[in-house]
Amino acid sequence: MNPKRNEMPVQEPSVRAHNFSEVALGYSEDVAIDEAMRCLNCKTMPCVSGCPVKIRIPEFIGKIKEGDFEGAYKIITESSSLPAVCGRVCPQETQCESKCVRGIKGESVGIGRLERFVADWHNTFSTEEPQSPQPNGHKVAVVGSGPSGLTCAGDLAKKGYSVTVFEAFHVAGGVLVYGIPEFRLPKSIVAKEVETLEKLGVDIQTNVVIGKTLTVDELFEMGYEAVFIGSGAGLPNFMGIEGESLKGVYSANEFLTRSNLMKAYLDGASTPVMKGGRVAVVGGGNVAMDAARTALRLGADKVYIVYRRSMDELPARREEVEHAEEEGIEFRLLCNPVEILGYNNPENPRDEKNGFVTGMKCVRMELGEPDERGRRRPVEIKGSEFIIDVDTVVMSIGTSPNPLIKSTTEGLLVNSRGGIVVNEDGLTSRNAVYAGGDAVTGAATVISAMGAGKVAAKAIDEYLSK
Amino acid sequence: MYKIIKRKPLNETVVELHVEAPLVAKKAKPGQFIILRPEEGAERIPLTVAGVNSELGTVKIIFQVVGATTEKLAHKMEGDFIKDFVGPLGMPTHLDGLKKVCIVGGGVGCAIAMPIAEKLHEMGAEVTSIIGFRNRDLLILEDEFKASSDRLFVMTDDGSYGEKGNVTAPLKEMLEAGETFDMIITIGPLIMMKFVTLTAKPFGVPVTVSMNPIMIDGTGMCGGCRLTLNVDGKKVTRFACVDGPDFNGYEVDFDEAMSRGRMYFEFERHAHEETCNLYKKEVQ
Repeated sequence: MNPKRNEMPVQEPSVRAHNFSEVALGYSEDVAIDEAMRCLNCKTMPCVSGCPVKIRIPEFIGKIKEGDFEGAYKIITESSSLPAVCGRVCPQETQCESKCVRGIKGESVGIGRLERFVADWHNTFSTEEPQSPQPNGHKVAVVGSGPSGLTCAGDLAKKGYSVTVFEAFHVAGGVLVYGIPEFRLPKSIVAKEVETLEKLGVDIQTNVVIGKTLTVDELFEMGYEAVFIGSGAGLPNFMGIEGESLKGVYSANEFLTRSNLMKAYLDGASTPVMKGGRVAVVGGGNVAMDAARTALRLGADKVYIVYRRSMDELPARREEVEHAEEEGIEFRLLCNPVEILGYNNPENPRDEKNGFVTGMKCVRMELGEPDERGRRRPVEIKGSEFIIDVDTVVMSIGTSPNPLIKSTTEGLLVNSRGGIVVNEDGLTSRNAVYAGGDAVTGAATVISAMGAGKVAAKAIDEYLSK
Repeated sequence: MYKIIKRKPLNETVVELHVEAPLVAKKAKPGQFIILRPEEGAERIPLTVAGVNSELGTVKIIFQVVGATTEKLAHKMEGDFIKDFVGPLGMPTHLDGLKKVCIVGGGVGCAIAMPIAEKLHEMGAEVTSIIGFRNRDLLILEDEFKASSDRLFVMTDDGSYGEKGNVTAPLKEMLEAGETFDMIITIGPLIMMKFVTLTAKPFGVPVTVSMNPIMIDGTGMCGGCRLTLNVDGKKVTRFACVDGPDFNGYEVDFDEAMSRGRMYFEFERHAHEETCNLYKKEVQ
């Protein structure tokens, strides 16, 4: 049997660097069946242990082998409410696929690619509508319509709960619509998954900010018996260096929201974003890769990733890094910004160019002793400052949890970093209030947020069935 | 969708709308803002709440047509709908314990200052209001300010109404004459708030300014609304949407805020022209 997995067909780097269409094109039916045949159907199912939502992986792959794609879809959706999303954005290489026995002598089965294939097949060809279950008479409120909220809502709706999801933005999806770019996760796919949940009976209320429009306590007064908080990460971090308020400096959240949610990448869009020129993205996570590749597609002449450690420590998914490199993004590693420089015409204070970014002063770094997480700590090399000429700087160095809910919910404990404190069931310090996702952990992955939504849904069901 | 219950033009470019949004109406306090999107595909813009009617469940907003989005909003009539309307956002203006206050409003900023004046008046505080406009045609809310102020100064740049001059003139006169206030609350163009702050500084009167930077989500996610404050000689970054919109005037870096406010100046000018052309074509 082939030790290598079937390649994912992708758009050519030179082409895709200039469009917002999806990079990966997906398996065909024949290729999917061929890839499914590589699964050994291990009795111990190590892959399932690597999945935060415990999808019965060998079983759904078995259905693909038989050509029963709808059957495969049904098995996946028993565990996951967002299969088309997860098949695209999960870091499978460190989860299910990392446990695959095939990976020992060769490449693991392309589980994520198969999941995506199944979900896309269903969305394209299936005429089966989700069945709304018999209502059980209980009402649950979910705060935030990102991956954790949608998962929690979906799991509870399937059990007959009447679920209302409150979303602050004008459209549902959370980070799936404002954060992850179209070329990695088409928004039509998110909309389709949300629509599936609505057909299950989930009610989505946009334009409601919990902590402002309504408080958690008011939700209980309105008759909700349990509340799940999946409000996501919040306030973007900045470095605190000189020049961060110059025109042309963005947080990754703002840059991506302008492009993804507000569609600034489309011609004639109402919301502006700086396009073209030279762009530096500071940071090395998946969000940084998304920002850099978005900048490129918006027409940048040159895009840099500026990261203070080396390639080995870069936290982004390998696949995203490879895609970025193929597209021509330049990695300036072991390099840390110390100041952002701006235009200033002393002769004319009204010069329209005043206050716009012209460059970024960086210092070279070397790796020293490992820190508490085992990553080698970067140390400045004295006197190694240099300047990169750029017009736009995107700061992608993480976020701190949003204070809106904790400041308006009495008795809700948060940790020193502002994350909501929960037990293993996702229960907070408040009775009947559960939480999960980035609001608890700080910036993490879509699938870990989904896992948390799932755990909380189970706990809420047990609590309300008592 | 949020229905427009009442629409009233206040002058050629300033419009007052009463929008049905019961949840917002129930919560909004003076100083807080909402974010709206007039229609699908439009920008999200923040507008400060100019009043609420909690019985009718309506929120009053007053805005000036300055760009494409406000142009679209101005074309909405009674009975029309606003696509998205979310709030109340930001922190309410701190008014507790204030007994003698000077309110300084400029242009459409007076619309935001007015509910604060009303609230203070209702609390029994002594309210002195200074409102300024470029000219007589742009004057708004004079009667409302009269009703809620113990003293009212109306200023115009060209002297076509009230006194000729800047809003800082009567303020300076009062302060120099030895008057003092628990707080000066100023709302209007950045340059005006900067000079109100500078005028008050030698007299040590506290100044609260209401900042209105560019925003997207308004809930502390994007960071576009960030400001630099100088707190005890240290620079700190604050987000107007969650930490504000009110700030201590002595701490705000106004020059930076003014520069950031012009980031998309060219884009906005162009977008506004395009929108106007579209409406002109429709009329033809």
